[in-house]
Amino acid sequence: MPRLSSLWNLANPTRFLGLADRLLPWLAALAAALLAVGLYLSFFVAPPDYQQGETVRIMFIHVPAAWLGLFMYVMMSASALGTLVWRHPLADVAQKAAAPIGAAFTFVCLVTGSLWGKPMWGTWWVWDARLTSVLVLFLMYLGIMALWRAVDDPGRAARAVAVLTLVGVVNIPIIKFSVDWWSTLHQPAAVFRIDGPTIHPSMLWPLLVMALAFTVLAVALHVAGMRNEILRRRVRSLWLMEAERLDAGAETAAGAAR
Amino acid sequence: MSDPHAGFIIASYALTGLVVGGLVLRAVVEHRALRRALEQLEARGVRRRSARQETAR
Repeated sequence: MPRLSSLWNLANPTRFLGLADRLLPWLAALAAALLAVGLYLSFFVAPPDYQQGETVRIMFIHVPAAWLGLFMYVMMSASALGTLVWRHPLADVAQKAAAPIGAAFTFVCLVTGSLWGKPMWGTWWVWDARLTSVLVLFLMYLGIMALWRAVDDPGRAARAVAVLTLVGVVNIPIIKFSVDWWSTLHQPAAVFRIDGPTIHPSMLWPLLVMALAFTVLAVALHVAGMRNEILRRRVRSLWLMEAERLDAGAETAAGAAR
Repeated sequence: MSDPHAGFIIASYALTGLVVGGLVLRAVVEHRALRRALEQLEARGVRRRSARQETAR
C-alpha cells in the first residue's frame, strides 16, 4: 500500500519539518494574495446593505472568523482521535498548535460580533443561544491551552487535552444549529443552507473569498505552529540530555575527588 | 467613509489586523528563538540520537 506508507512517512516529524519549510512560503504568499483580493472585494465591490448600510462590511471578517473558530476545533478533535487511538506524536503536536489559533479566531468573532451588534441590535451582547455557545467555545479553547501548560510531560498532557477536546466537541453542533433550535437575536444561517445561500452574489463572493483567505492563513499558521512545537520538543529533550550529562559528569568528578 | 457607524467598522478591521498580525509575529519570533536554541545546543555537542546516526553515516 504505497499511498498509506507515504502518508505514514509524512507523519514522521523530521519529514514534516522539511515539508513545512518548503510549503510555508507558498501558503503565506497565497494567504496574502487572497486577503488582498478579499479586502478589495469587501470594500470596493460589495455594495452597502439596503438596511444595514456600510456596517454590513463587518460580516466579511466576522463570518470567516466564526467559521475558522469552528474549523480549528474540528481539526483539534480529529487530532485528539489521532492521539488517543494511534498515540501518534504528530497528532499531539497538531492538537497543541491548533488551540491558540482557534482561540484567536473565536475572539475575533466575538468582538466583531459585538461591534456589529451595537449599531444594528442596539446592544453589545445578549445571552442568546448562538452568542453564549460561541463564548463557551472560546472558554473551552482557554481551558485547553491552560491544561497544556499545567502538565509538564507533553505525552500525558496530550492525552488529557484529547479527552477534554472530545468532550467539548458536543458544543460544535449546538453552535451551528442554535439559531434553528432556539429563538435567537442572532440571524439564522445565510450561506450553508439546504435551499442554498440567501445572500446576494455581490456580497456572497467577497465573503467566500475572505473565508478562503482566512482558511489558507489558518492552515499556514497551523503548519508554522506545528513546526515550532516539534522544535520546542527537540530543544526540551536536548536540554534534558545535557542536564543528565552534566549530572553524570559532576558525579564522576565527585567520585574522583573522594 | 462617511457612514455614521464607521467607527465600528474600523475598530472591527483594526482588531482583526492586530490579532492576525500578532499570530503571525508570534509564529516567526518563536521559530527564530527555537532554531537559535537548537543551534546553541548542537554547538555544545548535544545532539539527538537520530541526528548522531545521520552524521555517522
